Amino acid sequence: MSVFAGPIQELVDELGRLPGIGPKSAQRIAFHILEVPKEEAVRLATAISGVKDRIRLCERCFNVGEAALCAVCSDSRRDSSIVCVVEDPRDIVAVERTREFHGTYHVLGGALNPIEGVGPDQLRVRDLLGRLEPEGVAEVIICTNPNLEGEATAMYLARLLGPLGTKVTRIASGLPVGGDLEYADELTLGRALVGRRQMAT
Amino acid sequence: MASFRDQGVVLRTTRLGEADRIITLITPEHGKVRAVAKGVRKTKSKLAGSLDLVTHVSLACWKGRELDVITQADVIDVFRAIREDLDKMPVAFTMIETVDHVALERHPMPELFKMLVGALSTLASEGGAVLLGAFLWKLLALEGVSPVVDRCTSCGEPAELVAFDESLGGFLCRSCRSGQAVTPEAVTLVRQILGGRLRQALAEPPSRATAEVERLATLATEYHLDRRLRSAHTSSSLP
Ligand SMILES: [Zn+2]
Ligand SMILES: [Zn+2]
Repeated sequence: MSVFAGPIQELVDELGRLPGIGPKSAQRIAFHILEVPKEEAVRLATAISGVKDRIRLCERCFNVGEAALCAVCSDSRRDSSIVCVVEDPRDIVAVERTREFHGTYHVLGGALNPIEGVGPDQLRVRDLLGRLEPEGVAEVIICTNPNLEGEATAMYLARLLGPLGTKVTRIASGLPVGGDLEYADELTLGRALVGRRQMAT
Repeated sequence: MASFRDQGVVLRTTRLGEADRIITLITPEHGKVRAVAKGVRKTKSKLAGSLDLVTHVSLACWKGRELDVITQADVIDVFRAIREDLDKMPVAFTMIETVDHVALERHPMPELFKMLVGALSTLASEGGAVLLGAFLWKLLALEGVSPVVDRCTSCGEPAELVAFDESLGGFLCRSCRSGQAVTPEAVTLVRQILGGRLRQALAEPPSRATAEVERLATLATEYHLDRRLRSAHTSSSLP
């Protein structure tokens, strides 16, 4: 049974579906929205629908962008012979902040986690394979999170890509295990990128 | 608030809010513990390095109503050899997934804990083709559903066993057979595993029989849990 008038309850329910937002926070945000001037609430609504209308996944690397190709892929100065493989588009932001990388990216859409039912088929592995030859990829840098799932993914890709003649490297182990890549400071991540090592295949 | 100390092995981690995680552990004294690790996803977090999956830690927690809060976690063993071996990792995944399903919250489970730590240590060191199968059979025995292996489950005759039926809870003779056909080698291996000759079974090199023992153990475990072991089916797609 809902306590609030229909529209408020609907908003509380929708907000409650967002990651990290419990029922109490959902209620707090809903009442905040109710109190702010209408223009402010409309700006939020427009931003939400704008992101769904205008943002799409890059056809090549699956980064987020506004066109068929993302900002990185459509930049002719980027070196397409070197591809940095990440789990999530947010990790691209972290790598870009280091200013140490001038190649292109490939977003896997997660990491291997058999317990959650995520195997190679659930990740964009096939799409990565399809890029190697046409783009003349000489090196793939695996930049997955420094945890068990990220390491499993890195080893899997090394085993898969190694025999195809592509050099496969892994960011250096300077990053602490268990931390998320997106929280790594640019200096540490930059060093990890520069100090990357070739993986056994 | 009350606090407690225990050991644990990390079974599951789920992102929570901005930078926290909910960590699920199996502990000897408190059974399955679900606890929040605050700020653990930040690179500078002191907790981060010790709460990755398949890590054996000693930990201190505040007791909460639903979720506890981890205040300290120190690594006892990260089982490095598992992390560096793509063939060992799927085995570890299935072990922790199964333990996550059978462990009860706030209920001491010293045997289950000891069994998991023992199995992970063995996996990290010598391994063994039948290790996962043996772990699952032993776990079923601990759960009180050890299969009948010394005689026919149905007629009780000490005849040659040629089939396995998880819904009947054991192996069957030629005249009672139902379920899966099994080889004599697989029956011998299961007998060794459950009959105190685990070392001997683990020394067995990979063969059709060791794969069969693992497949049967998975079937029996899934029947007992009444659910599929996701990792047992996902891992097979690794090259
Ligand atoms: Zn792109
Ligand atoms: Zn019989």
